[in-house]
Amino acid sequence: MGDDDRRPAPEAMLRLAKAEEAQSDRGRLKIFLGYAAGVGKTYAMLEAARERKAEGRDVVAAYVESHGRPETDALLQGLETMPKAWVEYQGVLLPEPDIDAVLARKPRIALVDELAHTNAPGSRHEKRWQDVEELLAAGIDVYTTINIQHFESLNDIVEQITDVTVRETVPDSLLDLASEIRLVDIPPDELLQRLRDGKVYFPEQAARAMEKFFRRGNLIALRELSLRRAAARVDEEMRAYMESQAIPGPWPAAERLLVCVSGSPFSERLIRTTRRLADEMNIPWFTVYVETPGSGRHLQENRERVWKDLRLAENLGAQVSTLTAASVADAIIDYAVQHNITRIVVGKPAKSRWREFLRPPLVDQLIRRSGAIDVYVVSIASAEARPGAPLEKAALPMPFSRYMASMALVAAATLVCLPFRGVLAPANMVMVYLLAVVIAALRLGLRPAILAAFLGVLAFDFFVVPPHLTFAVSDTQYLITFAALFAVGVIISSLVSKVRERAEALREREAQTNSLYYLTRDLASAASMEAIMGAVIRNVGESLHAGVAVFLPDGERLKVAAAGTGAAAGEKELAVADWAFRNRRPAGRGTETLGSAEFLHLPLQASGGVLGILGVKLEDQAGYRMPRIRRLIDAFAGQAAMAMERVLLSRKAEEAQLLEARENLERALLNSISHDLRTPLVSITGALDMLREEGHELGEGARRLMMDTASEEAARLNRFVGNLLDITRLEAGAVRVRKEPCDIQDLVGCALVALERRLGAGKVVVHLEPEIPFVPLDMALMTQVLVNLIDNALKYSPTDSDIEISAGTAGSLLELEVSDLGPGVPEKDLTRIFEKFYRIQVPEGVHGTGLGLSICKGIVEAHGGGIRAENRTGGGLRVIVTLPLI
Amino acid sequence: MPKENNPPRILVVDDEPAIRRFLRTVLDSEDFSVHEAENGHSALAAAAVLKPGVILLDLGLPDMEGVEVIRRIREWSQVPILVLSVREREEDKVRALDAGADDYLTKPFGVAELLARIRVSLRRSMQETPEPVYRIHELEVDLSRRRVVVRGGEVQLTPTEYELLRLLVMHAGKVLTHSQILSRIWGAAYVEQPHVLRVNISNLRRKIESDASSPHYIITEPGVGYRLRAEA
Repeated sequence: MGDDDRRPAPEAMLRLAKAEEAQSDRGRLKIFLGYAAGVGKTYAMLEAARERKAEGRDVVAAYVESHGRPETDALLQGLETMPKAWVEYQGVLLPEPDIDAVLARKPRIALVDELAHTNAPGSRHEKRWQDVEELLAAGIDVYTTINIQHFESLNDIVEQITDVTVRETVPDSLLDLASEIRLVDIPPDELLQRLRDGKVYFPEQAARAMEKFFRRGNLIALRELSLRRAAARVDEEMRAYMESQAIPGPWPAAERLLVCVSGSPFSERLIRTTRRLADEMNIPWFTVYVETPGSGRHLQENRERVWKDLRLAENLGAQVSTLTAASVADAIIDYAVQHNITRIVVGKPAKSRWREFLRPPLVDQLIRRSGAIDVYVVSIASAEARPGAPLEKAALPMPFSRYMASMALVAAATLVCLPFRGVLAPANMVMVYLLAVVIAALRLGLRPAILAAFLGVLAFDFFVVPPHLTFAVSDTQYLITFAALFAVGVIISSLVSKVRERAEALREREAQTNSLYYLTRDLASAASMEAIMGAVIRNVGESLHAGVAVFLPDGERLKVAAAGTGAAAGEKELAVADWAFRNRRPAGRGTETLGSAEFLHLPLQASGGVLGILGVKLEDQAGYRMPRIRRLIDAFAGQAAMAMERVLLSRKAEEAQLLEARENLERALLNSISHDLRTPLVSITGALDMLREEGHELGEGARRLMMDTASEEAARLNRFVGNLLDITRLEAGAVRVRKEPCDIQDLVGCALVALERRLGAGKVVVHLEPEIPFVPLDMALMTQVLVNLIDNALKYSPTDSDIEISAGTAGSLLELEVSDLGPGVPEKDLTRIFEKFYRIQVPEGVHGTGLGLSICKGIVEAHGGGIRAENRTGGGLRVIVTLPLI
Repeated sequence: MPKENNPPRILVVDDEPAIRRFLRTVLDSEDFSVHEAENGHSALAAAAVLKPGVILLDLGLPDMEGVEVIRRIREWSQVPILVLSVREREEDKVRALDAGADDYLTKPFGVAELLARIRVSLRRSMQETPEPVYRIHELEVDLSRRRVVVRGGEVQLTPTEYELLRLLVMHAGKVLTHSQILSRIWGAAYVEQPHVLRVNISNLRRKIESDASSPHYIITEPGVGYRLRAEA
């Protein structure tokens, strides 16, 4: 049992296997990690590259920035340097690595300096690390350099330490992905000395920021960060090794962290904090955003922020989800339970007391329902979130007309009240104003309704409460009425508007469900790729108000397989779709890759691989960043991919079935053919052998018989080979029908001449209708048809019976009949006798090839005519050939 | 009269030794003088040197197309050429005949058939000027007096019908392709209009055949052309 305990945990093995598998066809990433510019990262990278080169590896400098340092330039000597791609941006040419050139060159190792660089707008990717990922995915090893402050999760700490905002960041997952991290370290004093010696280069515009940055304290702190990061990495490797070797050790139980973002400016910090926590504990973490009817979904900048937050979390390695629910707390707890979350991270509320009283903060709700799950409350700094962060804009103003309308409502209420001023108590007239507020809330939305409540109070005071036409109030009791009117107005407005929003959300949800349902229904009935693409284009286009195109692979390249109206995709879109197809990742508008495209390109991912690309061009540009729309498009793509795979699979199954049927038929044919070819040879070789060996001993009669048999069999063999050739030519389409107007009399004559030797006198009776016009036909081929038919009739009819050939016109057709007095054919076989190698039970001594009638059928059909057989009423078979007269 | 003493020379052109051996056996026994060639070039040389009475030619030769051999021989000689080929398609026959071949036999063929065709060819090539009166069964064509008699009674033919019949008689036993007949009687412009020919053949048959649906004199070679029956 002791051995069993020492066995590595299956999950650990699986993880390791996956990592190895991912490594096997991906390139390996080696990161030269420093803590500041000037520590010698590029130098170290080049040195390592030279070593590899000396070992005989294929090394290429895809992009190295020497900043004119002679030592660096010297190291570059002797390394193959790829030309840079120059991207023009606002009149300036900016150098970028030429990814396509490197992919085409496909070196073993590529050097790409400055991993955190942001690419010039218009490049394929936003960030250089995405370029690097593409190189890795193509199986190229990449050496790259980066400073510690550029990692996402450390971004805010660095800012706190140095007071410098670092905008160029890379996801931490890259660090995890790296197969090797080389820490390039020199003591800060030495670095500062180099700086003073002018050995460290900065772009001019950054010089001032750098001065601020290169303070000894900063450098020490950054150095510690980088050392710790590298050490953590070593620790992880150690742990992985211990796990794989089943060395018992203290690893954390299966814990999982969940952080909840709301689109508030603090979410970003919350996410980074959670990532650090998760890192420290080495456990997976999740990020959710809960969309509620009242969560201000429709506010543009809120949506953008949520979208950014979720992207950030994804980059930091979280599993990201968006939920829709009425209650945020319920949704989070449900999600946490489903995903075995052990700890939930939430921000410390910043709301004022009285608002807390109105609605208990999320933290309280969570704690009350969390059960076994721990809740971590993280404090977040005050509203001055971070300098340089995008300014929080006010909510989009409501259309002005709505406020006008709400004023009009108050005015109308006042008009209604004025006549009754002396009659009714003012307290009753408050109700009229309340009505106006409710109507405003129902029709105009929250803010206009609140305006109505406010104006209502003023109007009530001014017009209704004595003394009239002044805001002065005679009876102070009315102040309570005012306050109540306003409070009730506001509460009703917010309630009504909430109900309205909920209804709207429901309607939207229902519309989504419906559109998905319609698509699924259409897809279920679609039996071909064309039908599926039609259904996808129609449904997706209608429900999203979008132009839709489907791209399918055609040989090496992707091709527009179908496109809806307004979804014409040019070469550029094709290239983007191609990229998405090859990399199995979304690309184009609304993504990080090739964002300048017009379409959002989603891979149609089925279980068997990516089948194609769904391109969506939304009319509403904001839609690309709405999680709701993205989810819907994802769902559409998923459904489409499933339907396509189903059609492809069923097509494959059909093909396999057809192939099997054909193979069976071919086997039967080959058997039949070899039988028919060999049988005559038996008689011929037998007869020849007999004649050669014992010819002189045989009587004259016996010799004659042998030779006649051999001769007949040879003729039969010849006929069979001829028939085989004919049917092969017919089936291969090698027979050209050359129609010329022909005399039917001539046709019959030719057939009879050809059969001359086989005909006894008077056995064929010909009935030709007088005045048959010339019929367009191929004389040679139709003669063969007639010969075959007459030959068949001769074979199957009693020796002394007549054969009738008749011809006449019927409408626009020529009818040519050959009738015999033979046994006929069983009704069920009447159509099958025209099939290849089909033979009915035949009288003794009759040899057929089973091909004659199928040749006839082939020729007649090639003429655009038809052939059929029927049993004659008096016995015997009649074969009728019909040919068009014109 | 042909010179009885010298047996007619026959040149056999075929790349298959088995076929050559078989033909030599058959023809030797009929007292022909047989010479062999196994490809196109040696056939052309032999034809020039030997001046054979008949050439039996296979179309599928290793070095050049049989039709090309016919064309080259026809540049300088009218020696009867009998094509023996496994190619049974009508366009192959037409190509060979149009190039100048006199007859076409599809392999495998009967020995009697072959000998009959050889004799017809020899006879045709040896009579310098055809007999003025041609007789077969009950059909009599007097070329010098432009008279056609069937079963004892004179038949009135249109000038075109007579020309057609005369052409067939002049080449009795030999297949004339559609285009050969059309170009000689109607002119080269009519080569693509076989319809005229069919109508005239149909009319001609009605006048000289006893049963037009099983013609006895004018034989249709489907897809190739027409032939006047030569042997009695």
